[in-house]
Amino acid sequence: MRLLSARLSARRRSPFAGLVVLLLGLVLTGGAFALFSPAQAESGQADQSTVAQGRTLFLVGCASCHGKNGEGIVTERGTQYGPPLAGVGAASVDFQVGTGRMPLARPGVQAERKKVLYNPDEIKALAAYVASLGPGPSIPTASQYSISGTDSEAVARGGQFWRTNCTACHNFAAAGGALPGGKYAPSLSGVTPKHMYEAMLTGPQQMPVFSDQVVKPSEKRDIIAYVKRLQSAPNYGGNALGSMGPVTEGMAAWIVGIGACVAFAVWIASHSVRSKKGAKA
Amino acid sequence: MSTTTNGRTAAKAPGNDKLAEAATWLDDRVGLATLAKKQIRKVFPDHWSFMLGEIALWSFVVLLLTGTFLTLWFKPSMTEVTYNGSYDLLRGVKMSEAYESALHLSFDVRGGLLMRQIHHWAANLFIAAMLVHLMRIFLTGAFRKPRELNWVIGSLLLLLGTLEGFTGYSLPDDLLSGTGIRAADGFMLAVPVVGTYVSFFLFGGQFPGDDIIPRLFTAHILLLPGILLALIGAHMLLLVFHKHTQWPGPGRTNDNVVGYPLLPVYTAKAGGFFFIVFGATALMGGLFTINPVWKFGPYDPSQVTAGSQPDWYMGWPDGALRIMPNWETHLWGFTLSWNVFLPIIVLPGVVFTAVLLLPFLEAWITGDKREHHLLQRPRNAPSRTALLVALMTFYGILWEASGNDLIATHFHLNLNYITYFNRIMVFVGPVLAFIITRRWCISLQRADRDRLLHGYESGIIMRSPEGAYAEKHLPISVDEAYTLTARDRVELPPPPGEVDSNGVANRKARGEGLRWRVRNFWFSHDIEKPTRTELEEAHHHAEHELSVRDDGHQHLTESGYTGDYELDGTPADGHQFDGRHDISGDELRKGH
Repeated sequence: MRLLSARLSARRRSPFAGLVVLLLGLVLTGGAFALFSPAQAESGQADQSTVAQGRTLFLVGCASCHGKNGEGIVTERGTQYGPPLAGVGAASVDFQVGTGRMPLARPGVQAERKKVLYNPDEIKALAAYVASLGPGPSIPTASQYSISGTDSEAVARGGQFWRTNCTACHNFAAAGGALPGGKYAPSLSGVTPKHMYEAMLTGPQQMPVFSDQVVKPSEKRDIIAYVKRLQSAPNYGGNALGSMGPVTEGMAAWIVGIGACVAFAVWIASHSVRSKKGAKA
Repeated sequence: MSTTTNGRTAAKAPGNDKLAEAATWLDDRVGLATLAKKQIRKVFPDHWSFMLGEIALWSFVVLLLTGTFLTLWFKPSMTEVTYNGSYDLLRGVKMSEAYESALHLSFDVRGGLLMRQIHHWAANLFIAAMLVHLMRIFLTGAFRKPRELNWVIGSLLLLLGTLEGFTGYSLPDDLLSGTGIRAADGFMLAVPVVGTYVSFFLFGGQFPGDDIIPRLFTAHILLLPGILLALIGAHMLLLVFHKHTQWPGPGRTNDNVVGYPLLPVYTAKAGGFFFIVFGATALMGGLFTINPVWKFGPYDPSQVTAGSQPDWYMGWPDGALRIMPNWETHLWGFTLSWNVFLPIIVLPGVVFTAVLLLPFLEAWITGDKREHHLLQRPRNAPSRTALLVALMTFYGILWEASGNDLIATHFHLNLNYITYFNRIMVFVGPVLAFIITRRWCISLQRADRDRLLHGYESGIIMRSPEGAYAEKHLPISVDEAYTLTARDRVELPPPPGEVDSNGVANRKARGEGLRWRVRNFWFSHDIEKPTRTELEEAHHHAEHELSVRDDGHQHLTESGYTGDYELDGTPADGHQFDGRHDISGDELRKGH
């Protein structure tokens, strides 16, 4: 042993020493990751006929941008025309197609939420096909995102997570917000708990992925519960003016407040010495 | 009524009712009647634009009333507590006592939320009304001698009102107001050399500390309202002392005031207007949410929300901050943050100083040192009006820039392009606005001049024998003509020479030359009112035009007709061809 360490020590200044240490480190971390890595990437179990149905749909509706095998298409300028889909998982397909973002109406900075074009069975088939391309997050089950059983403590906790992770882009009342370059964080009004869960899981568009290690499944559910409760809460202070903060409030102060007061001022001043005499000034 | 008596019984006012007795009792002891007698007959002229300042005054009263209510429950403390009130979504969350008491006020105090919202709407209205009032004063020239100092006081009120608004916005310690304080801390830190000291001094150490809310509270409910109240008092005393300005018109001169007396008419009008302003703020407080602190959540320096904006009156420096390029200088290990310092510390200071000095600047340009109690129509001071509109455009572009995120999301625009657009428009916009407004005013002056010289458009269209149409103009009333001509004629002095009449070199020539050039630019395009000779000539002409001939018809003359035929004395209204007139010698129908 002493001999070995002496030998190693003798070679520690060799030009290859750094490289060897680096390699060792990489092999060790890689091996450790393979051993202890989170079992998040699970391939959804789906029967072959559903996958085949999904493939048929995919070839018609998606392949023109994503490639015939979901391998993605690179433009001449080197940008992605449609990204490769291996490994995005069923949850991603369910979110993108289930909220109408896919198929795209036109290429642009960001896919927008619009009318859903596929029925639930077709979405399921598409998801099964894409999931078969590579392991990725599967569609969450109702027990994961259902908020029916959450108590007020969990909701308040969800609010904490919401303010820490989400409000910076989505706004305090989930009304949405702007991002650079024409991108945006959409409003969450009318979004189902399942889609919110999938969005956190898969990080669509500009959104970061909030994996189950960062935000635990129960915390995801609490966040959804908070947002849903916030949205269904009555407007305690009257019309919420879009819940967009001081900008709309300022507009209301000027248009309604100053507008009304000036209109009354005109009315009060119109009964004057002048108008009694009927003389035109 | 203080009357000497002959010994036993006090002299009594005629009429034996209790009220008069009480009034006499009071007056015998405080003796205000003589003072009041003069003041209650004080006359105020009527115009809707004279009541804009009143909106500010009355919303300030609303602020005092609702603010007092709020202090009864609000706790200006940053002690951490756990919320246990009625608002479900935050129960069990740790927060400062200030935020907890704001929630308590909103959900557990009867009428508390309404009072909070009235207070906040009234604050927004207060500053908006001050700004509108300021624009009215500037546009009509009401700031001219002897009212310059009242303009200065008014500008200070606007500044203090803004500060008062900002301190109030910061008090509830919710996520939005905390972000505002955080931003304010950043602004202080951007000040070279002293910035960090100022910040540490204000926060009692590192941001956020435990001191800022109590300190802002003292400023918000004691210091600033005290100064505001004193300045409002001074503002109104000066108003009474100077007497109110009025629009020119028949019977209204620079030496009188035409209107209703303070008592009873103006007291009723102004008092009634208080209830209208109170009603407007109360309705807004009842119908529209403002600053929903429960939705923001408690302040936590690690959190922020999209759509974080200051209240509207702080919007324009915020907009400047948003469009400012990211300029920084690193010197000897220190960072000079021009990107923050210039838009948010320097710019507001410069703009405020400019606003403060506007009356003196204009007086320097025009050289006008006379007293003015008659107002000017905005069109009759084209350059001044254009200057204000240019300033408004500058303000408006920056104001709009502070809402860039909402503009981007709601109009589906690219945030970056909005920024580029605003960076250009903030410089180009005011120049364009100045040119357009000035030309617009000059056109209106021209229209006034036409109206004086040629009368108003009667709507009677005359057709000439050749088929040309012309509209007949009729003279305007004497009253209107008086009002239109009640303005000063501008006489530009000759440019200052290098030497004076004695041949001595003029050492001030350079300064005076600049002033002369500015004054020339200021006035040179104005359209003057017509002179007496011009007016008389025009009237004579009109009389001729309108004269009625023997046959009972009016005739079109040269002014309305430019054809080849000599029309003077020729029937032109077509009635001569009605079969009842002799047309045998008619030149016009030759060949038909």
